[in-house]
Amino acid sequence: MKHAVIPSGASLPELYRSLAGDYPKFFKMDTLSKLGFLLAETLCKDEPGRFTPREDRAIIVCSREGCLANDLHYAASMEDFPSPAFFVYTLPNIVTGEIAIRNKWGGETSAFVMEEFDRERLSELAREAFQDKCTRSLFLAWIDCPSDTEWVAKAWLIDKEEIENQILD
Amino acid sequence: MIRVYCHGYGVRTPLGNNAGELLQCILEGRTALKLHTGVFGCPVPFVASLFEDRASAPGLSFFESIAVEAAKDALAGTDSASVALVLASIKGNVEKIGGEDVSLAASARRIADALGMEIPPLVVSNACISGLAGLVQGFRMLRSGRYSKVLVLGAEVQSKFIVTGFQSLKALSMEQCKPFDAARDGLNLGEAAAAILLSTEEGPWEIVSGAVRNDANHISGPSRTGEGSWKALCQVLEGINPEDLAFINVHGTSTVYNDEMEAIAIDRAGLADVPVNALKGVFGHTMGAAGVLESILSMLSADRGVVLPTRGFSTLGVSRPVKVSASASKTDKKAFIKLLSGFGGVNGALLFRKGGER
Repeated sequence: MKHAVIPSGASLPELYRSLAGDYPKFFKMDTLSKLGFLLAETLCKDEPGRFTPREDRAIIVCSREGCLANDLHYAASMEDFPSPAFFVYTLPNIVTGEIAIRNKWGGETSAFVMEEFDRERLSELAREAFQDKCTRSLFLAWIDCPSDTEWVAKAWLIDKEEIENQILD
Repeated sequence: MIRVYCHGYGVRTPLGNNAGELLQCILEGRTALKLHTGVFGCPVPFVASLFEDRASAPGLSFFESIAVEAAKDALAGTDSASVALVLASIKGNVEKIGGEDVSLAASARRIADALGMEIPPLVVSNACISGLAGLVQGFRMLRSGRYSKVLVLGAEVQSKFIVTGFQSLKALSMEQCKPFDAARDGLNLGEAAAAILLSTEEGPWEIVSGAVRNDANHISGPSRTGEGSWKALCQVLEGINPEDLAFINVHGTSTVYNDEMEAIAIDRAGLADVPVNALKGVFGHTMGAAGVLESILSMLSADRGVVLPTRGFSTLGVSRPVKVSASASKTDKKAFIKLLSGFGGVNGALLFRKGGER
């Protein structure tokens, strides 16, 4: 089980340049998607066969606030000129789509909202995701991002066998 | 192997609060879609299915109120304390953004409390497939053996936030929508709450399997090859012979790209001979509620031996020869597939079968 964290307030453009650098669409993303993208880069950038399309890796992103930071941007724009660029990020699962597109992971993607970070509940969600017999690997993240400057962002890369009888590290 | 069955259900829609009556409305060709001018402070008029009476219960928002009412019908006679809640919604209380806590987590807590549910609730917010993904999640929670009953509750209300957003994407039609029709030009938004009580006790309908797959292609446009939808379909087809399917109840938003994508996915999956219907012409796109609401109506129609009509459809306007049901027809088959797709490239399929049929 691999684990990654992005400290609150870290410079995301700097992290992008050190981890990826070849994906300018990054700069169009909302903060939630940037954090998900960078967590996946951290965990997978040296993986053999990177970018070979695969269906056996699922993506789950959990949070309390969903995409609140971006929702506030859209709500501000809507009074003058509603911005489609903000609106497309007003769904908590867009981050899962961004990670799927970048990495060519065509498996299951899900976004969940819950009241607080709960290691046991997240472990349970992971085991439930592995009930899909196609799913052998899981990118699971907790990204709570109520503003563009403060967040909790952590992720795990989990093989099916690693979560059967234990909880997340 | 633990099996999962659908028991009680409840609906709240602008066309009625009784699923049997709603079914009758669909068979009579009625719709709740109409032009709204000046509603929610939206500067541009729009066609939608909206509640007229917007009264809230004490301590709850309107969104939470309709969710609680639909849930109560589904829970009737059940001790709710031991039932787990899976709430499916995309935007919840977003109309109040900027002031109070508009999180779906807070809404789910208030809904669970109002229903006397003691297990911490879970929210699925997986774009337009949220309701279907909620049913998949509830199915898995029951199959894990950790729960005996799960209430899957889909709900969505409309607001300036959502309406102006879809207008900015040029995704709304100024007429009543026409799923799969040659003249379709966009979707209509809708409001609804719908709930299904899932249980491991044998019941009238079984959820046989469910699958969610991503196109890994684009965040706001469907795959040109129907990739994720096709993969989700192939996964649930492992549980059934296509000849035993009464129908596929599709997403059918009436946007040019969605309906074309679904036609490709259905044809690729070898299902071009299975009747297809879509219900968005009746109550619009109810977003997080759609998967639950449309599954309930599909079960009830199959119980009556009916394939529901696709209101708004007359001339096939997709590139594949899918069998869209323009009018109601009879069926004696006891299984169907519910199909949905959404932003973020996400697609889902669920296979339902009449209890005791395997």
